[in-house]
Amino acid sequence: MLSSILLEAGNLGLGYGVAALGAGLAALGAGVGIGRIGGSALESIARQPEASGDIRANMILTAALVEGAAFFAMVVGLLVVFKS
Amino acid sequence: MAQRTQNAGLMKLKLIGLILCLFAGTSVFAEGEAEAGAEKFDAGKTIVEHISDSHDWHILGKEPHAVSVPLPIIVYNKERGLSMFMSSRFEHGHKAYAGYVLRENKIEAVNELEEIPAEQATVSEELTAATYDISITKNVFSLLVSIVIMLWMFMSVAKSYGRRQGQAPKGMQSLIEPLVVFVRDEIAKPSIGKKYEKYMPYLLTVFFFIWINNLLGLIPIIPGGANVTGNIAVTMTLAIITFLITTFSANKNYWQHVFAMPGVPVGVLVLLTPIEILGVVLRPFVLMIRLFANITAGHIIALSFFSLIFIFGEMSTGLGFGVSVLSVAFVVFMSMLELLVAFLQAFVFTLLSAIYFGAAIEEHHHDHEHGDAHVEEALLI
Repeated sequence: MLSSILLEAGNLGLGYGVAALGAGLAALGAGVGIGRIGGSALESIARQPEASGDIRANMILTAALVEGAAFFAMVVGLLVVFKS
Repeated sequence: MAQRTQNAGLMKLKLIGLILCLFAGTSVFAEGEAEAGAEKFDAGKTIVEHISDSHDWHILGKEPHAVSVPLPIIVYNKERGLSMFMSSRFEHGHKAYAGYVLRENKIEAVNELEEIPAEQATVSEELTAATYDISITKNVFSLLVSIVIMLWMFMSVAKSYGRRQGQAPKGMQSLIEPLVVFVRDEIAKPSIGKKYEKYMPYLLTVFFFIWINNLLGLIPIIPGGANVTGNIAVTMTLAIITFLITTFSANKNYWQHVFAMPGVPVGVLVLLTPIEILGVVLRPFVLMIRLFANITAGHIIALSFFSLIFIFGEMSTGLGFGVSVLSVAFVVFMSMLELLVAFLQAFVFTLLSAIYFGAAIEEHHHDHEHGDAHVEEALLI
């Protein structure tokens, strides 16, 4: 039964939908992650404004790393689209 | 402000999804209507055409009446030797010239050596396999332009340092000096440590290369607009250079941390070592993907907004004019954001490269510091 469902899904081109869903979930996760980074960074800058330069650099770095994870998801999503 | 840009990267991804949904909707809607008449506007095709490399520099107009700048084609074939001619000889892929045709932006070898219409030419698989295309394409031309700009910038600055010794910086110096100091003090020194001077030439080169090419990509007319830093081959080359420098400057301590993390039980090492080895390869890979995806996404956003004008314009001319106001406003807004992203991506690439170099040449720590070091390394993947 599962195989027939998968076959049907392939015929309908559900791969696109699933890839879009995956991209959306990845964006959601990265959004939460970067939001938390930004929030904490702002909080720490408010507590210690003289350290804002260091905090900003680290914030950008960490956000870039989170973004990297989101890009992995994007690449996997693209692979699904090109395969289906 | 910096945080907003980081969010912008993700916002872009979401926007792309939104816009693609819009396109899907409109194309289904449009299919039912008027099939006769002129060719339909294909947003996806137009966007891909603009962000990919090509053999001529398209300026304006549609196919039979397109205005474009021809670029030199340089092809090497094992049997035929080297051929050089302008891409205008192909007449946008309609003609075969000197035994080659241009099909979907790829040069293919054909059996006929004379000038004939492309439809009549027969493509030879063997000859095509033996053909190496080393043409000056749009991206290569844009790279050459950026090289000229950078040479002019740095040579004039270097000259004025000789001429104006002991005086305050002036002109181009005032632009370059803060950036060089920024790369040294904010990127190299904190992440590499005492031996930072050895890596400064590479870090500065990669920083200015990415930044200037990002900015050139934002200029819509010639010689800008090529998607150089959004080309995966270019970002791969940059990432590979970073990987090679990291690998060759790595000391015993670095390899020990990769293959046998000190102070970790053998059972855990079985799990940890493959992850660490994967991490070594993964870091340049993410470096490549990050720059490529960010810059390409920026180009796609701008083109998507412009495509909206044509999509709505096909429904009705008035709607097209109405949407164009909104589209241009959004493109201006996104371009402002892209200016920041252009700098930020150059900064992030340089910073991460510097951190990898720093990790590679780090000297042995005392045991109580190991805990921190591990957390840091786990983060860097």
